[in-house]
Amino acid sequence: MAILLIAEHDNATLSDQTAKALSAALQIGSDVHVLVAGKGAKAAADAAAKLKGVSKVLLAEADELAERLAEPMAALVVSIAGAYDTIIAPATSSGKNVAPRVAALLDVAQVSEIIEVVSPDTFKRPIYAGNAIQTVQSTDAKKVITVRTASFQAAPEGGSAAVETAKAAANPGLSSFVENKLSETDRPELTSAKIIISGGRALGSAEKFQEVILPVADKLGAAVGASRAAVDAGYAPNDWQVGQTGKVVAPDLYIAVGISGAIQHLAGMKDSKVIVAINKDEEAPIFQVADYGLVGDLFVILPELQKAL
Amino acid sequence: MKILVPVKRVVDANVKVRVKADGSAVELANVKMAMNPFDEIAVEEAIRLKEAGKAEEIIVVSIGPQQAQETLRTALAMGADRAILVKTDEQTEPLGVAKVLKGVVEAEQPGLVILGKQAIDDDSNQTGQMLAALLGWAQGTFASKVVIDGDKAKVTREVDGGLQTVELKMPAIVTADLRLNQPRYASLPNIMKAKKKPLDEKSPADYGADVKPRLKVLKTEEPGGRKAGVKVKSVAELVDKLKNEAGVL
Repeated sequence: MAILLIAEHDNATLSDQTAKALSAALQIGSDVHVLVAGKGAKAAADAAAKLKGVSKVLLAEADELAERLAEPMAALVVSIAGAYDTIIAPATSSGKNVAPRVAALLDVAQVSEIIEVVSPDTFKRPIYAGNAIQTVQSTDAKKVITVRTASFQAAPEGGSAAVETAKAAANPGLSSFVENKLSETDRPELTSAKIIISGGRALGSAEKFQEVILPVADKLGAAVGASRAAVDAGYAPNDWQVGQTGKVVAPDLYIAVGISGAIQHLAGMKDSKVIVAINKDEEAPIFQVADYGLVGDLFVILPELQKAL
Repeated sequence: MKILVPVKRVVDANVKVRVKADGSAVELANVKMAMNPFDEIAVEEAIRLKEAGKAEEIIVVSIGPQQAQETLRTALAMGADRAILVKTDEQTEPLGVAKVLKGVVEAEQPGLVILGKQAIDDDSNQTGQMLAALLGWAQGTFASKVVIDGDKAKVTREVDGGLQTVELKMPAIVTADLRLNQPRYASLPNIMKAKKKPLDEKSPADYGADVKPRLKVLKTEEPGGRKAGVKVKSVAELVDKLKNEAGVL
């Protein structure tokens, strides 16, 4: 039977998290349908149709789907779930919100944040903040899965699937959207950036964080991240947090500045291709995972780095 | 209004866990246990709502072994009013736990259930959403702010890229994210008082809940390690290595 992939998008554009989850889906089976649920989301649906390996795109539109509220989203997915033996979503804040609701309505377990497909019913997933990896086999007839997208390459373009209209389910009418306060930025998204520069508590203040980290980020065209300590101290906004309780990232280059390397943080970035650590404490645990370490005062090193780039 | 707060006993967040030599599971013998940190935040939020006059009673519930009693006593010492231990020595999964909690909700009729967004042992992030589904209730997950106004709850959620606010019809489910509040420490007099607060013992069968696991754990292993690389002496050397050796610039 076919696989249903719940797309991550903002109506206008399709997130590359969808393309990464598609790679995981294609390792489970070959017939993958992508569900684009939203309002005015034709553009996102067309983008999904171009991804290589997608056999069909379902476009469901309704007012209550515009912001992908969990209750109508789950009702929609359950209404079409009969035709699928696997329902899969990227483990984004939206995927994590909707997928367990779908699983419970179908009376099946969910396998959260898989990092590897072992076979169509067996997956690897991190537990204890990535300190152990569990291999689990689902015994349910239908499987609901979320994908840690940092562990999968984005599927390329090159497809030309048909876009069909799907009917939205009746709105359960339990919740309504009030507002979004999304950070406005020209920088790349943390979860899809090729280069990330992150700052820790050693920055000392929000002003210093801005003054020291951002110019280097701009020079590199990098996304900006932060450790939990820096976020808790108010140096950086919540959605910059990299770590087990924040975003899990795997860029080509991750530069950790003034970050000691708590387990919590390492769980969020240790799959990066190349890690650079800049820290004045040469015993800091971050150096144990760094490919290149530079011991010294970040307030001296960062301006130098900015000039050298 | 009653508020129900489910709490889980997990390995203390400061303990570095090890995988058992036979690869069957994580070593839990003689390891320090504590309340799941996100659940502490959930308990704190319930207490603040009670202090603000929005709730009359806070019931905490834990599904687990006899020792989960200690976790419930911690919640009582923080300020919850009474506790229910749904005792089982079996491994439970989020779906089974949600089924037990559905039974507890039907028996206790709370107007709000606040849970931690995820437990730091299995990192599933499912139970709140599943409970909302089974009850047919609205859900406000990953909450950083909760405002109760009559029969509506306004929940600000931490989402990718920022914050989203939704309005939920009550009764509803809220799951707590890190920045919802800073949980209080229980004072010694409150710890003493907590020992006298009521703690009922039940079983999953009392709620007619099927808690059989649906997932088979085939293996547990240590993650692939990263090796420490080299220390460079200067910014120039770093940039050179990144350009010419790693090829990422």
